[in-house]
Amino acid sequence: MTTVSMTVNGKPVSAEAEGRTLLVEFLRDGLHLTGTHVGCDTSQCGACVVHVNGEAVKACTMFAQEAEGAEVTTIEGMANADGSLNVIQQAFQDHHGLQCGFCTPGMVMSAAALLKENPKPSEAEIRDYLEGNICRCTGYHNIVKAILAASGQDVGAIAAE
Amino acid sequence: MPKDHGIGASSKRREDVRFLTGAGQYTDDINVQGQTYVHFIRSDVAHGRINGINTSAAEAMPGVIRIFTGADFEGIGGLPCGWQVTDRHGEPMKEPAHPVLAQGKVRHVGDPIAAVVAESYAKARDAAEAVEVDIEELPAAIDMKAALEGNAPKVHDDLADNLCYDWAFGSDAAEVDAAFSNAAHVTTLELVNQRLVANPMEPRVAVGDFSRATDESTLYTTSQNPHVIRLLMGAFVLGIPEHKLRVVAPDVGGGFGSKIFHYAEEAFCTFAARQINRPVKWTASRSEAFLSDAQGRDHVTKIELALDADNNFTALRTETYANMGAYLSTFAPSVPTWLHGTLMAGNYKTPLIHVNVKAVFTNTVPVDAYRGAGRPEATYQLERVIDKAARERGVDPIALRRQNFVTEFPYATPVAVEYDTGDYVATMDKLEEIADIAGFEARRKESEARGKLRGLGVNCYIEACGIAPSNLVGQLGARAGLYDAATVRVNATGTISVMVGAHSHGQGHETAFPQVVAEMLGIDESMIDIVHGDSSKIPFGMGTYGSRSIAVCGSAMVRATEKIIAKAKKIAAHLMEASEADIGIKDGQFTVAGTDKSVAWGDVTLAAYVPHNYPLEEIEPGLEETAFYDPSNFTYPAGAYACEVEVDPDTGKVTVERFAAADDFGNIINPMIVDGQVHGGIGQGIGQALMENCAYDENGQLISASYMDYAMPRADDVPFYTVDHSCQTPCTHNPLGVKGCGEAGAIGSPPAVINAVVDALQSAGHNVTHIDMPASPQRVWAAMQG
Ligand code: FES
Ligand code: FES
Repeated sequence: MTTVSMTVNGKPVSAEAEGRTLLVEFLRDGLHLTGTHVGCDTSQCGACVVHVNGEAVKACTMFAQEAEGAEVTTIEGMANADGSLNVIQQAFQDHHGLQCGFCTPGMVMSAAALLKENPKPSEAEIRDYLEGNICRCTGYHNIVKAILAASGQDVGAIAAE
Repeated sequence: MPKDHGIGASSKRREDVRFLTGAGQYTDDINVQGQTYVHFIRSDVAHGRINGINTSAAEAMPGVIRIFTGADFEGIGGLPCGWQVTDRHGEPMKEPAHPVLAQGKVRHVGDPIAAVVAESYAKARDAAEAVEVDIEELPAAIDMKAALEGNAPKVHDDLADNLCYDWAFGSDAAEVDAAFSNAAHVTTLELVNQRLVANPMEPRVAVGDFSRATDESTLYTTSQNPHVIRLLMGAFVLGIPEHKLRVVAPDVGGGFGSKIFHYAEEAFCTFAARQINRPVKWTASRSEAFLSDAQGRDHVTKIELALDADNNFTALRTETYANMGAYLSTFAPSVPTWLHGTLMAGNYKTPLIHVNVKAVFTNTVPVDAYRGAGRPEATYQLERVIDKAARERGVDPIALRRQNFVTEFPYATPVAVEYDTGDYVATMDKLEEIADIAGFEARRKESEARGKLRGLGVNCYIEACGIAPSNLVGQLGARAGLYDAATVRVNATGTISVMVGAHSHGQGHETAFPQVVAEMLGIDESMIDIVHGDSSKIPFGMGTYGSRSIAVCGSAMVRATEKIIAKAKKIAAHLMEASEADIGIKDGQFTVAGTDKSVAWGDVTLAAYVPHNYPLEEIEPGLEETAFYDPSNFTYPAGAYACEVEVDPDTGKVTVERFAAADDFGNIINPMIVDGQVHGGIGQGIGQALMENCAYDENGQLISASYMDYAMPRADDVPFYTVDHSCQTPCTHNPLGVKGCGEAGAIGSPPAVINAVVDALQSAGHNVTHIDMPASPQRVWAAMQG
């Protein structure tokens, strides 16, 4: 066990971690930030996506110790300063982009990373970018719609329903 | 003008806020003081005899608390089956024991053998490596039809063979055979409805806790129906009376059927917590989910359709083999029988129908309900054989369907159910419009210009939802009632908690249910909260599956709210010194007919709890009512779906270009949520049609045991869908006129996709009459090579 320190959602934090402790375990069990989810053990579902130093990362693919000193943002750190939903979160609610909510934190984190690198993605670009995020509930329709809306595009003109 | 509140409004989901901010409370987010962790040692062979388990080295490892084996469960009940099917000879199905931990034999890869309880998951896993299990591998029965042959290995030594039941149903077999002899044309199709894995994104979790102080056990579990788990586990497995057993299903990350059933891990954690006097937690890995969640579908069917010279359907005959896996999961026997045979009439007035189903044990993971459960299997074979018949007869597939539609309601089918309402012509008309069927030929030409084959597939579906009338299902073998319950608790200040037996794991009950109560009382939705998922807070409930929540539990909620209104009117009448018969309620105000007197909702509720001026000699203080609702019939959502695909002739890759769904769900509470349910079902249906396949090799090893090998649909595998539910024939027998919408998409979509693939291939002159799901590039390419 060693003590690992990093900045999570703007706050400096430290907790014990074994060499084999994954970043996602560190966040969930060490810091009790349970918004980041674990949906697989082969790094394919994307339920665990967080931002590490501004990049979207599957937190199950990284050891906690590798994030020593890093700036980490999780779904708990995404709302506006006043606690209201940010523009992506609000678009997911407005367009019913979630059902059970289990994939949702990862979807929101991936969407945020996409819009940072591509502020006006096309439908095809969104679908392609979400390759690493599986949702079993929504059939993706309203997720894609929500991301289009969050990027300020006219959803009505693109998606029928 | 769409409504902005109450029934029919697309109210935004209130539950979203916690899910979008990471504040959801899923079972794995629950940690109980002093908890321990369990790792299950599972069989890596499909069939074997356990000659010995040596735990001594593992027991000495750091952090190990106790290691359990089958011996610890001797004399304790096995996992029960909730439905007994009677076979064609009047004999009960075969019902082998299903132990919590294997007793002497393992019967599928993943069968739990031993359980290591330790101070952490890591320590439990480390110690599990040191447990020596001596298993003698036995030949395994994997293929269903081979499993019924005389020399097949037996899954259960105490049974004569691997046949669970041979069930026959519907019209008199001789009459059906005669109709076939007299038919002008018979279309025959053999097909596979492949095995699937439900794969809710949240893997299963169980936390067992025990209080010595109160002798009470608590189980936190990823369940769609916590009361059902309490009943099954308490009464049949562990012998814990209901009042000493609390089952909590908090936020649940999707279910799709796979979280209906009572699983060994739930019983284990509850049992072990009592034994070691500490909480025990289990979190499935996805790999474990593939080996331990009940799987779905897995039917092999031969279907024959008889037509007269004018193309009227005259008879239908089916023979199906249904895989049960190694043990009977909770509702497994009902899926290929009462949830499948009863739907074989579809939307058509075929007068004679005979269904035969043989359920088979194999050395594979148990199979049970997966979204649609039996109804997708029925719809797929029926809509595929009709499409094939249309081609053989050279008639338009839509016209052939229209010609045979049931058009008069109520309609009693030859397979025991009575459709109360429907309008299949209207949904087909709507489909032709929203799918722009008329524009298909132009789109086909455009695809062809790009070197792609384009196909159009259309089908109808009907389902039986709102499960179910208890007296009827009791006769059919259900060992439970299938009503639901709700308590409406009005607080002194007028806010309301509604305790419902339905469980929301994505369906948006917390938003939709208050819309109903708000509409009935004329108060704001925000004054009403739904409480669900905790047996200690809710009077009773049968949970959520079979698209039943709003139709059954919603009806209970309506009945309870009606009782609230009746009592509140008495109080209002007293306060306004008026006659009860003259009291009306509108917009949260009680009024007296013919006067301008009124009293607000909040004044009445306050009077109920501060009864200073109150008719105490007539009614009790307080304002809380419970209702149980048992439906008098199933509900029958129905609709028509269209899919357009493009096939790449060089690779066989199929892409879904357009998908349209016209559904009749009766009345709608929240159109936004209904759209979302249909989208999700279509996504899963496209997954089944083109991608997903749960495959075992001949030794019973699961080949598709992770997301590397099991192809889950991703965002770029599906298009935007066009969905419509403006055709509404309200259900005639529940108070809301609702039918349910949760499974429709998954039921209606696979045949549309396969019909479209066949159409695309035929458009290029390939003589392909059928292609089994999933229509993978390899299969499609092979089909094109002839
Ligand atoms: S948990 Fe599935 S990708 Fe990380
Ligand atoms: S909302 Fe349930 S998995 Fe995406």
